[in-house]
Amino acid sequence: MAADASTAPIMPSAPNSGRASSLQRLARRRSTIAVLMTIPLLVVLIGLVAYPAGYGIYLSTLNRRMTGFMEGEWLPNGLGNFEILFESETFWAVAWQSCIFAISAVILKALVGFWLAHMLHHIPAKGQRKWRGMLLVPWVIPPALSTLGWWWMFDPAYSSINWLFQVVGIPQVPWLGEKWWARLSIIIVNVWYGAPFFMIMYLAALKSVPEQLYEAAAIDGATSWQRLRYVTLPMMANIISITVLFSLIVTFANYDIVRVLTNGGPRDLTHVFASYAFQVGILSGNIPRGAAVSLFMFPILAICAFFVLRGVTRRNKEQM
Amino acid sequence: MAQVSLRKIVKAYEGGVQAVKGIDLDIDDHEFVVLVGPSGCGKSTTLRMIAGLEEITSGDISIGGTVVNDIPPRDRDIAMVFQNYALYPHMSVYDNMAFGLMLRKFPKAEIDRRVKEAARILDITPLLDRKPKALSGGQRQRVAMGRAIVRDPKVFLFDEPLSNLDAKLRVQMRTEIKKVHQTVNTTTVYVTHDQVEAMTLADRVVVMNHGIIEQVGPPQELYHNPATKFVAGFIGSPSMNFIPAKVEQASGALRLHLPQGIVLDVPAARTARYQAHAGKDVLFGIRPEHLTDDKPTDKSNTAPITLKPDVIEPMGMETLVHFKLDGTEVSARLDPATPAAVGAPLSLIAHMDQMHLIDPTSDKVL
Ligand SMILES: Nc1ncnc2c1ncn2[C@@H]1O[C@H](COP(=O)(O)OP(=O)(O)OP(=O)(O)O)[C@@H](O)[C@H]1O
Ligand SMILES: [Mg+2]
Repeated sequence: MAADASTAPIMPSAPNSGRASSLQRLARRRSTIAVLMTIPLLVVLIGLVAYPAGYGIYLSTLNRRMTGFMEGEWLPNGLGNFEILFESETFWAVAWQSCIFAISAVILKALVGFWLAHMLHHIPAKGQRKWRGMLLVPWVIPPALSTLGWWWMFDPAYSSINWLFQVVGIPQVPWLGEKWWARLSIIIVNVWYGAPFFMIMYLAALKSVPEQLYEAAAIDGATSWQRLRYVTLPMMANIISITVLFSLIVTFANYDIVRVLTNGGPRDLTHVFASYAFQVGILSGNIPRGAAVSLFMFPILAICAFFVLRGVTRRNKEQM
Repeated sequence: MAQVSLRKIVKAYEGGVQAVKGIDLDIDDHEFVVLVGPSGCGKSTTLRMIAGLEEITSGDISIGGTVVNDIPPRDRDIAMVFQNYALYPHMSVYDNMAFGLMLRKFPKAEIDRRVKEAARILDITPLLDRKPKALSGGQRQRVAMGRAIVRDPKVFLFDEPLSNLDAKLRVQMRTEIKKVHQTVNTTTVYVTHDQVEAMTLADRVVVMNHGIIEQVGPPQELYHNPATKFVAGFIGSPSMNFIPAKVEQASGALRLHLPQGIVLDVPAARTARYQAHAGKDVLFGIRPEHLTDDKPTDKSNTAPITLKPDVIEPMGMETLVHFKLDGTEVSARLDPATPAAVGAPLSLIAHMDQMHLIDPTSDKVL
């Protein structure tokens, strides 16, 4: 950069050759090369992220027939869809359901994943591979397919779970017919599907904690709980927060499980943002309003991401 | 503070490796004992069994008179310093040191007092707020020691605490450890494979080899009266020369016949001791520092020996000279002023009052 600045004043004195050489010089600049090299990535980002996002925002401002902006009563022109959503009880129910679903599913996935990782970590290396492979299976099957299997197990007519309950003498459960049970079912399936991801991440993190730290803690007087609390968890804090953030994003935007298992029912009480957006936008044919629904995920996730990533950066600076 | 005693300790790892093969050891209160030996001889295993990090296959370990075989590490009241320090990377230096006290529910003020005191002893007060990442190797080493000191445990255990430091710092920290022990006076078991560390630090040195104890004794005792060929060769640097020899009776005195026709007189004081071995093949052991240049000082108990240098290594304060004696390597430590040249005969004297004879079949020092 400094070289560019010092050569710049010379250019006007050679007007003839100036054009060609300044082009050459431009091409040779480090910043120019840097820009050129980032172009492929920029194209991908623009094509796959910026354009759809921008188009989504644009869509959300249109009216139902997409002939013009959606007028608002008290919000400015173009924000009419949001106004209607704000006033819609169903929408707020969906927002709540999305948050409850995402938060409880992520917490459960993290806990189950951590527990599994811990169990795996303590079985000898030979058996570990076999178990690890088996425990990863739920994560490998396409969720639409495995959810169908679960749906079968929950189905009131054929429910194998209810059949088992009957054998043991536990009362029948209306898995998908009652709103809390239906919500629980969705969470169960999501945890079943997503916990292996946490497990594999945490297993890697557990393996990276030096054994001597545990030995030092044991000698320092820590019980196994205290070792978990003061050594394992702080050492894994970054992995935990990044996986939680990642999973929160994916879970928040979850679509297939709700769509296959309950299709939002009973009475739209199990819809999450993505399935509701699909319902409103595609099934009911109001694409702009569907776009408005899906845009609501963005600010919530952005705030989460900000705090999580800030913590990660801070810890990285201090410890690594 | 407490005594530690090991009774017939055996450790067999799964897979059948016997790392420790039945050792007995008594360590007194306040004593600084160093376990030394070559790599893989079972030093760390022994230390880790005292710490409770490794199960004992058989035998008893007691600390302060209590058998601790089934007591977990946290209830043994010991502190350990690891080779790679094992500091908690997410805690500040202060918290690293305070951690053990915090878990033991000491009052805040007491924790603070002890941490500050340890930091003062170790000269790390300005580092208390830092994270281990921001410390040098030597500073980490001090923090690891601080973590042990604040606990005021019955026993300190060190597992090669200096081997990750560079040579200069190692010497400095060695002195530091000795100073700290003189201040806090806690019973200490220290593992190293460096015999210089062992000699300089220990009240008593325990020489281990292949899972057994070869000899236990104060450093000087091991140096002057090694019990086995292994100890004789292990203690001292460069190590002792072992030369095949034959003991011969010669009119009331004994003589050693070495290769190349060299004959050395055994001092009269040793005659009775070696009498029974007359006529037998033995190994003649003599340290390089007892094979010196022929200076006209007190010549009692010395024997002249002439050799041709193979390699000459000037070290500054002394010169190491290596010879070949029928396939046996022999070295001597000479005054740097000695005019030695490769291939030219050099007359030396052997200090026979420092000699050793070793039975080549049992490897015992006679
Ligand atoms: N976990 C283990 N499983 C099987 N064998 C082991 C295990 N740990 C150590 N050993 C074996 O036990 C023997 C003694 O090991 P130990 O670590 O006590 O040696 P050391 O004297 O401390 O050596 P170094 O100076 O290299 O640290 C070695 O032969 C080693 O291979
Ligand atoms: Mg070791």
